[in-house]
Amino acid sequence: MGIEALAESLGQNILTTTLGKLIGWGRGNSVWPLQFGLACCAMEMIHTATASVDIARFGSEAMRASPRQADMMIVSGRVSQKMAPILRTIYDQMPEPKWVISMGACASTGGVFNNYALLQGVDKIVPVDVYVPGCPPRPEDLLNALMILQERIKAQGITPRS
Amino acid sequence: MSDSETGTIGQGVTVQRTGEHGAFGGELLTVNFGPHHPSTHGVLRLIVDLDGEQVKRLTPVIGYLHTGIEKQAEALRWQQAVVVTDRHDYLSPPINNLAYALAVEKLLGVDVPPRADALRVIMCELTRIASHLVWLGTSGIELGASTMLMYCFRERDTILDMNEEISGFRMHTSYIRPGGVMADATPRFMDMLDKFCDKMPGNVDEYEALLTMNPIFRSRTIGIGRLPAEDAKVLGATGPMLRGSGVKWDLRKNMPYSGYENYDFEVPTSDLCDCYGRYLVRIKEMRESVRILRQALDRLPDGPINVDDRKVLPPPREELETSMEAVIHHFKLFTEGYSVPAGDAYAAVESGRGENGCYVVSDGTHKPRRVKFRAASFVNLQPLERMAMNHMVADMVAIIGTADTVLGDCDR
Repeated sequence: MGIEALAESLGQNILTTTLGKLIGWGRGNSVWPLQFGLACCAMEMIHTATASVDIARFGSEAMRASPRQADMMIVSGRVSQKMAPILRTIYDQMPEPKWVISMGACASTGGVFNNYALLQGVDKIVPVDVYVPGCPPRPEDLLNALMILQERIKAQGITPRS
Repeated sequence: MSDSETGTIGQGVTVQRTGEHGAFGGELLTVNFGPHHPSTHGVLRLIVDLDGEQVKRLTPVIGYLHTGIEKQAEALRWQQAVVVTDRHDYLSPPINNLAYALAVEKLLGVDVPPRADALRVIMCELTRIASHLVWLGTSGIELGASTMLMYCFRERDTILDMNEEISGFRMHTSYIRPGGVMADATPRFMDMLDKFCDKMPGNVDEYEALLTMNPIFRSRTIGIGRLPAEDAKVLGATGPMLRGSGVKWDLRKNMPYSGYENYDFEVPTSDLCDCYGRYLVRIKEMRESVRILRQALDRLPDGPINVDDRKVLPPPREELETSMEAVIHHFKLFTEGYSVPAGDAYAAVESGRGENGCYVVSDGTHKPRRVKFRAASFVNLQPLERMAMNHMVADMVAIIGTADTVLGDCDR
C-alpha cells in the first residue's frame, strides 16, 4: 500500500501530537494518590473518594496503599516531628515522576499549632506542588487542587522535574 | 536469635527477647505494622511478635500524631481554646467541645439555658452517629465489605451538611462553647434534622442487611478479639468496648449531663464480648441516637441559647449600637477575654469511643493554666494485646477496627 493510499484510508481518523503532550495527557488523567491518612483532613479525603464528590471522575480513585504504586502524595493533616522522617521515607519510595498536594492549614504551615510538636509546613521536608487552604478543606477544594495539578502535569511533558 | 537479646527497632523502640520459642520450636518473628498502613486507622504503629501467623505479643507505639494540643490550649484564651479541643478527637468535635465547656462552666459557676442544652444534645448525637459511621465504613472495608464505606459516608455527608448549616463549618464546628452554643438552629436545619431522623433508621437497616447475617462478616468477627467484662474493667475500657463486653455503663445514663436524664433511650450491651458484639452495640447505639434526636427535636424548648452574662459572652449585635456598656464589654471580651476563678474542675462526657474527660486548672487569669484530656482512644488501646493474643494477623485488623481508636485523640 502506498503512502497516499494509506492517508486516504485513514482520512480524518488520525490525530497528530507531540510525544510530550501525549504522555502529559496520559499522566494527568491517571494520577494515583497514595492512601496516606494523617489526621482530620484524611476524613475529607475519604469524602472526596466517595459517591457524592467522586474523585473517580478525574481518574484518581485508585488509592494505593503502597508508595511504589502511587504518583501523588496527599499530605492530609498535621505532620508531627515524629512522623516527619517516615513521611520523607514514604516520599522517597514513590517512583518518579511524583507530586505532592499539601492538604489543609496544618500540612501547609502548621496552622493553629505553632508549637514544639508539629512540623511547621510539610514543604520543609518534601517539595509541594499544590497547597490547599482550609481546616480541613472541603472535598471540593481538594478536587480543585487535583485539577490544578492535572493542568500542570499536562503542561510538563516527558520530564516533569528536569 | 540468641537466648537473650535487646534490639532497637528505630525511633527509640526497644524490644527485649529472652529466647522464646513458638509452638513447633520455631523462633518468634518480630514484625513492624504501621505507622503507614491502610488498616491501622491513622498512624498507629504496632510491634507484633508472631509464631507462624499467631500473634504472641503486641506493643502499640503511639505519638506519631502528637500535636501538643494540651500545651497549645495554655497559650490561648479560654474562649479560643475551644478551637483546639475540636481537633483532638477529630471524629467527634462537638463532644470534645462539650467536655471542655462543661469543665469551664463548673469553674465559672454558670448553668446554660434549656435550649442550649437541647442543641448541645442534638449536636452530640449527630456527631456520635457520624463517628460510628466512619468506624463502620472503614471497618467494613478492612473486612472486605467495600460497599459499606460508600453507604456510610453518604449519611455522614448529610450530617456534615447539617453541621455546616448550623455552624458554618463541616467538621470542626466549635459549636459548643463555655456559656452556651455558637448560634441558634435555623429553620432549614430543623427540616434537615427532621428528614434525617425519618430516613436514618432505614439506612441502618440497610447496613445491617449487608453485614449482620453476612457469613463472611460473621466468621471474621464472632469469637475474634474476646474481651471478658472483668478484663475490660481492669484495663479501663469505656464506651462500646466496655458495653460490648456486657457492662452497662454509659455516662449519659450513669452520670447525666446536659439534660440527658430527660430523654428516653436504652444503653445497648452485648454479652458476646467479641468483635461482633461491639459491632452490634455500635449499630444499636446509632438507632438510640436517632431516638434521642427525635425527642430533642420534638421538645426543643424556646428561649435564649447563651447565659446572660456579659463577662463571658459578647452582647447581641443590636445592643452595640445603643449601649456604651455593651461596647466596653465587647471590647474587653475580644482583646483580653474573660477570667475564670482559680480552681480546677473535671467534666466527663460519653463520646463515640467512651469516656471523654476534660480537666482544667485555672489560676484566675484569662488563659487556662492546664487543660488535660482523658482520651478514650488512648485507654482503649490498652486491651489490644489482650484481645489480639493467639489470633491470626488478619484477625488483628478486625480487632484494631472494633477498638475504634482515633489517633488524634490518643496522641493529642
